[in-house]
Amino acid sequence: MGIVRAAGLRHDYTKYREDESEVKVRALDGVDLDVKEGDFIAILGHNGSGKSTLAKHINALLLPTEGTIWIDEIDTKGEENLWKVRQRAGMVFQNPDNQIIGTVVDEDVAFGPENLGVPTEKILHRVEEALTKVGMLKFRDKSPNRLSGGQKQRVAIAGVVAMRPRCIVLDEPTAMLDPTGRKDVLRTVHELNEKEGVTVILITHYMEEVVDADRVFVMDKGKIVMEGTPREVFSRVEELKSHRMDVPQVTELAWELKKAGLALPDGILTTEELVEALAALKH
Amino acid sequence: MQLELKDVSFIYNPGMVYEVKALEHVNLAIEKGQFIGIIGHTGSGKSTLIQHLNALMKPTEGQIFYEGEDIWGEKYDQKALRTQVGLVFQYPEHQLFETDVITDVMFGPRNQGLSKDEAKVRAVRALVQVGFPEQYYNSSPFELSGGQKRRVAIAGVLAMDPQVLILDEPTAGLDPAGRDEILEQIRFLHEERGITIILVSHSMEDVARYADRLIVVNDGKIPFDGTPKEVFSHYRELEAMGLAAPQITYCMHALKERGFDVDVTADTVEEARDNILKALGKPLPAPENADKKPAGKAKKSGRAGRR
Repeated sequence: MGIVRAAGLRHDYTKYREDESEVKVRALDGVDLDVKEGDFIAILGHNGSGKSTLAKHINALLLPTEGTIWIDEIDTKGEENLWKVRQRAGMVFQNPDNQIIGTVVDEDVAFGPENLGVPTEKILHRVEEALTKVGMLKFRDKSPNRLSGGQKQRVAIAGVVAMRPRCIVLDEPTAMLDPTGRKDVLRTVHELNEKEGVTVILITHYMEEVVDADRVFVMDKGKIVMEGTPREVFSRVEELKSHRMDVPQVTELAWELKKAGLALPDGILTTEELVEALAALKH
Repeated sequence: MQLELKDVSFIYNPGMVYEVKALEHVNLAIEKGQFIGIIGHTGSGKSTLIQHLNALMKPTEGQIFYEGEDIWGEKYDQKALRTQVGLVFQYPEHQLFETDVITDVMFGPRNQGLSKDEAKVRAVRALVQVGFPEQYYNSSPFELSGGQKRRVAIAGVLAMDPQVLILDEPTAGLDPAGRDEILEQIRFLHEERGITIILVSHSMEDVARYADRLIVVNDGKIPFDGTPKEVFSHYRELEAMGLAAPQITYCMHALKERGFDVDVTADTVEEARDNILKALGKPLPAPENADKKPAGKAKKSGRAGRR
C-alpha cells in the first residue's frame, strides 16, 4: 500500500458570480494515485490544471467532493484524523514570505511541533535536527527577514521536517528563487528523500527539476494525463507541449537533432547523456 | 541617450548599523529601442536599480537622466516620467483591483488625465497588444487564469503609452506555454512599437533567447554588460555570483571538450542544433514555416540567425 493513495478523487469549487448565481468548476476529475513510500514524485501541469488542488488534498487543506484519498492508510475525510494527516504529510508553498511566521528562525521551525503538542524539551532537539538537515543551523538565531529566498524556503522545509512527516508536498517551491536558491532547495529536498527516506511530491514548472524524480505525473483538466519515469515522459515531446508543458533544454536539443536526422535515443535528460550519444555517433 | 545613470549609489539606512549599499557608483546608458535583460541573484540590487529608473527611489548619490533631463532636477515632472517609463512589478496580478478588466486597464490613462473615452481607446489597444481575448473585457480580473491576469496587469502599464517598459520577472510562476506566450508578446511590443524593454529575469534561457543586451547586477555593481554571448562566456564568474549560463551553453562546452568543433557561445536550442549538425557534417534542416513553429521557439530576430 502506498503512502499516498487516491481513488476516483474529484473536487468541485463553487464560484459565485455577480448576479449571485453559482458556477461549479471541476478542479479534479477522477484522479487515481498510488505513491510508494520513499519515492520522489514530480507533478507537472499548466496553470489551472488542478495540481495545486491535488496537493492540498494530500494534507487535508481541501477535502474531496467525491472519491477518497488516504495518507498512510488514513482517510483524510475523518475530522478526528486531521492532525494525524497533517503530521504525516507536510506542505511547502511557493512564496517563502507567506509561510514564515516566527521572528527568529528557531521559533519559526518550532511552530509545527509545538502545534502537534510535542513536549517543550523535545522541541528544541527537533528544531536543531530539522535545521541541520536543511543546512540552516547556523542561521538559527537570525531573523527570517534577512535571509535570501532560497534560505527562507529551506527554513520553511525545516518547519515541516520538524514535524517528522513521512511525506512532503512542495508546491512550486522554487518559482520565486534565483538559480542558486533553486539549486539549494532542490538539493535539500533530494537529501531528505535519499537520506531520510521521506516521500517527496514536487510540483514545478521547471522541467530541469524533474529529471531526477522516480516518477512524473502530468496533469491537465483535473486528470492525470501522462505518467512514467522522466525518461519515458520526456520522450513524448509533442504530447507534453500539447499539455502546455516543455522539456529540459538539453532534451529539446536532442529532439531537434533527431528530427534533423541524427540517430539519437529518445528522452535524453542530461548534458552528459547527450555528449555521450553524440560522441558515439562521431565514431 | 534615452536613460542614463551617472555614478549612482543608493544606501539603505545610511549611518545605521543596518546600513546596506544597494548600488555603488553605477554608470549605465540605455539607448532607445534596446531589449535589455537584467540578471542578478536575490538581493543583488537589481530591484533597487530598476526602481531608480522611474524615480520611485532617489539615489543617495549621482544623477539619473531621462531624454537628457535630470529626473531629480528642480521642477522635473516625475509623475509624467512614470508614464514614460512603465514598471511592471513582480506578480503584478496582485495589484489588480477593479471589478472588470477594461476598467482596471483604464485606471492608468485616467490618472494621466485622459477622458473616459480616450482612456478606453488606450485600454483596448493595450489589451489587444498583450493578446488578451475580447470576450473577457467585462469579466472580473479575479476569474482569469494566472497568465491572463498577468496580461491584464501588463496592459495596465502599456495603456499609459510608455516609451520604456520595465518588467520584473514577468513569467515567474507561469507554466512553460504561458511563459513563452508572455515573452513573445513582449518581443512583439518591442518590434512593433519600438518600446525599450528592460526584462528582469531569473531564467538564463529566457534572457539568452530574447535580450540583445545583458546587464549583470552583483553586490550593487555591474560586473558584466554586453551581448548575452559575451556575458555567458563568463559562466564560471556568473556561477560565483549565484547565476549560471543557459543549460545549452554547458552542453556546448562539454562537446568542445570531447573534441567537437562547435561554437561554445551558442545560447539557444536552434543555434546549438545547427552548430552540432555542422560539426558532424550533416545538412541543416530547412527553416520552418512561421505558423508551424512551436510556441515560443521563434527565432530571435536580427541576431544569432539560423541562416
